[in-house]
Amino acid sequence: MSELNCQNKENKGKAAAFPQAREGLERLLKSEETSGNGLLIDYEYCTGCHACEVACIKELNLGPNQYGIKLLEDGPRKMANGKWDLNYVPFPTSLCDLCKERTAEGKIPSCVQHCQSLVMSYGPVKELAEKMARKPKMVLFTPK
Amino acid sequence: MSAKEWQWQEGEYTVTRSTHWSGPGCHDGCGLLYYTKNDKLVKVEGDLDNPYNMGRLCMRCLNQVEAYNSPQRLKWPLKRVGERGENKWERISWDEAYDIIVEKVRGIQKEFGGKSIVGMEGTGRNIIWQVPYLTYAAFGSPNYVLGFLSGDSCYLPRAAQQAVMNSDFFVADCGQFFEDRYNNPEFKCPKVIMIWGNNPIISNGDGFFGHWIVDEMRMGAKLIVVDPRLTWLAARADYWLQLRPGTDCALAMGMLNVIINEDLYDHDFVENWCSGFEELKERVQEYPTDKVAEITWVPKEIIEVAARMYAKAKPASIQWGLAIDQQVTGIATAQAVNSLWAITGNTDVPGGNIIAKSGFNVDDGYSCGYGWVPKEIQEERFGNEKNPLKKYGLASTAHGDTCLEAIENGGHPYPVKMLWLQTTNTFANMASEAPRVYEAMKKVDFNVVVDLFMTPTAVACADIVLPAGMSAERDSFRAWFAPLRAITKIVDYEECKSDEQIILELGKRLHPEAFPWETVPDWLNWKMGNDKDKYPDAFKYEWSEEGKKFRERGNTQGLTYSELKEKVYIYPEWQYKKYEKGLLRRDRQPGFNTADGKVQLYIDLFDAFDVDPLPTHIEPPESPYSDPELYKEYPLILTSGARSWEFFHSEHRQQPTMRMFHPQPLVEIHPDTAEKLGIQEGDWVWIESKRGRCKQIATLKVAIDPRVVSAEHGWWFPEKEGAEPSLFGTFDSNINNLTSQCQNGPTGYGAPNKNLLCRIYKATEENSKIMPGEQVTRRGGWDYVRAQLPE
Repeated sequence: MSELNCQNKENKGKAAAFPQAREGLERLLKSEETSGNGLLIDYEYCTGCHACEVACIKELNLGPNQYGIKLLEDGPRKMANGKWDLNYVPFPTSLCDLCKERTAEGKIPSCVQHCQSLVMSYGPVKELAEKMARKPKMVLFTPK
Repeated sequence: MSAKEWQWQEGEYTVTRSTHWSGPGCHDGCGLLYYTKNDKLVKVEGDLDNPYNMGRLCMRCLNQVEAYNSPQRLKWPLKRVGERGENKWERISWDEAYDIIVEKVRGIQKEFGGKSIVGMEGTGRNIIWQVPYLTYAAFGSPNYVLGFLSGDSCYLPRAAQQAVMNSDFFVADCGQFFEDRYNNPEFKCPKVIMIWGNNPIISNGDGFFGHWIVDEMRMGAKLIVVDPRLTWLAARADYWLQLRPGTDCALAMGMLNVIINEDLYDHDFVENWCSGFEELKERVQEYPTDKVAEITWVPKEIIEVAARMYAKAKPASIQWGLAIDQQVTGIATAQAVNSLWAITGNTDVPGGNIIAKSGFNVDDGYSCGYGWVPKEIQEERFGNEKNPLKKYGLASTAHGDTCLEAIENGGHPYPVKMLWLQTTNTFANMASEAPRVYEAMKKVDFNVVVDLFMTPTAVACADIVLPAGMSAERDSFRAWFAPLRAITKIVDYEECKSDEQIILELGKRLHPEAFPWETVPDWLNWKMGNDKDKYPDAFKYEWSEEGKKFRERGNTQGLTYSELKEKVYIYPEWQYKKYEKGLLRRDRQPGFNTADGKVQLYIDLFDAFDVDPLPTHIEPPESPYSDPELYKEYPLILTSGARSWEFFHSEHRQQPTMRMFHPQPLVEIHPDTAEKLGIQEGDWVWIESKRGRCKQIATLKVAIDPRVVSAEHGWWFPEKEGAEPSLFGTFDSNINNLTSQCQNGPTGYGAPNKNLLCRIYKATEENSKIMPGEQVTRRGGWDYVRAQLPE
């Protein structure tokens, strides 16, 4: 559908000439309550140290092979310029509740506190999004 | 000093602020919060109010409750009842244990002299001055050794070199001496950090919190990384110098060549504060970058551009590490790298390499109590004869390789009758040529192991095993480097005692005059320079004016241990450019505390000792160039000992969470090499050198040089059978079956642990019938010619 739109001759493939189909989906999407808070992660400086994972396992008292946040790895891959691409980013799983109990006591989530690179932030999504606009290679998660 | 209280109640928990620096642990001393309930440790968190780690903790520290509650912990003193290696024990009381030890020690002292007792610990951690004190003051022995670590090859080559070249120790500046850290107006973030021979974000070596590097990267510092492996830091570096293991000295000389010949050095600092520059300039001419590229496998252009980048950045720092020590050129490499920061004017300046002083000087580490050993006995210390740095008091450990040979030689120059092994898992970990060390340890009449768990070392060799407490089970402090931090006892476990308690109780029985203190806090107070009136005699030998090096004795100016506990930590006063301010020399004149007051690029003392006073590259003894015949048979360069997030050396293997992340030992191989050998990801493979073999799991890494493989160290399997031949499987995957002893550098320092030759082949049922554990414990090991120290 979108490919067809893009090939439309009138706008030389730059934008959809018939956006209604996609807009319909957008319009009908259900909305859900959120806490309004999220996790902002600067993955340029995530070293893959696993501190967030273990902090979470301890906080939520998880059993073997259970994670509230899970480290993902990309690379290493040699790029055309001879440099290596190697990236880590921790991904909050379905078990992440943004440390509801801790934050209720005025503490920050355990992963955010213990992150050895100090690259995780917790707070209102709007504030995090502003922060995000000031530096590339950031990712914002809004766990349920 | 912390503005926050040291202890409070939080719901059902008591929260205590303290410092972690014990087994299981690492070289950091992070501030943490212990959560206890009903006198049990339940939870650990980072202390947000401790500027050292600023609330962060690594996965190991976060998981430490698992260690405290491990069912495999030692609970009470044990006496061996079966044969050594059978893992059969009888529970005894502490008094019985001390009685047995005292009787043995007295017998040995009488018949052979205290020198026949060797005190050992693993790495220089929480018992850095305590075990030396026991060895010197209670046993009367000059022989304090790091668990058969060949060539003292962990920081000590760098320490000895720094002592003779500048008389002080350096660390990369991360504002770590200021309580307000990066906020301090005097601090400057380095423009460039050169990471050399370590992966600090994992290893955290030498009192350095590795992620401080990441902090500085985020503030704009660029990286140059010297490492055979693609670490995360290497992947983030402007230049990654992927050198052939063991060629660091040549690389540093090549960079010095560029910096000197292109006139990129700091003329002012060189002229005013260095000596021997002309000699160094002449020597570096032997290291043109094309020749260095051939030696190191690093392209000439990369060496040049990295050298320029480092030299032009002001300020720039170098964060160096263990790989420098683990080569026969340990001293020379350290000298060359130290010369880099010296001639570029990065000495003790903000954002450079700064002279580190321990908190209030409350730390003289391995030489603590050496004065209790009579002069004539000091001269008999293992290795003194062949190692002038030791002989003339510039180094504070006995030589492990010489000690090993003394055991093997049946008592020449004199016998070793007893080993005191405090938290050192020798042949499972830091002892290279592990089967050889195992064999030697078995020959020693009487061995005592103090540890947290029943280790392979204890099963194979111990006659008495004593249970030590972990960090929250001890009163102690951390003084290396800053701040001075309290370690606070808050819980007990079964009959475990703290290392200090054990040493004090035994010391009082053996030599009461040297151990006058009534309690551990009293002993700690003495180390902090307090209680001169209460225990005047205790200061008699601790610090003498005629000490060869000028170091202030520890003095917290009246602050007692119990006050420190409540303050949690205190930062001493700190200044940059101490050499300009007369803060380094005994005479209080400006300059460095060397004979000529300069940083000695050409080390005069080495000249006097008949050692090369300038750095020279020496090939590793087993390399493609030094032994081409051997290379035909063993066509891969073996490096080992890269650190894992989950483990500190041989520790943490009992913790299910750590093993969930890292279940088995891994050897890194390039996919092309693996393909030629018919090896796939996840295959068990045999790694074999001319001395022995071990089995690890292949993991294919595209970024490793196809000519190099990298194997893990420190593996044993607490879940496996303890009794021989298994010994918790420690020999089966032990990379130290392949490494060597007695192949040291010119001063006795350095060992080629990270630069040897091996071959690799897939493990099959056919070639795995005799496992290394069986070979070593039942069949006398492997047959080969053992290296010997030069006459």
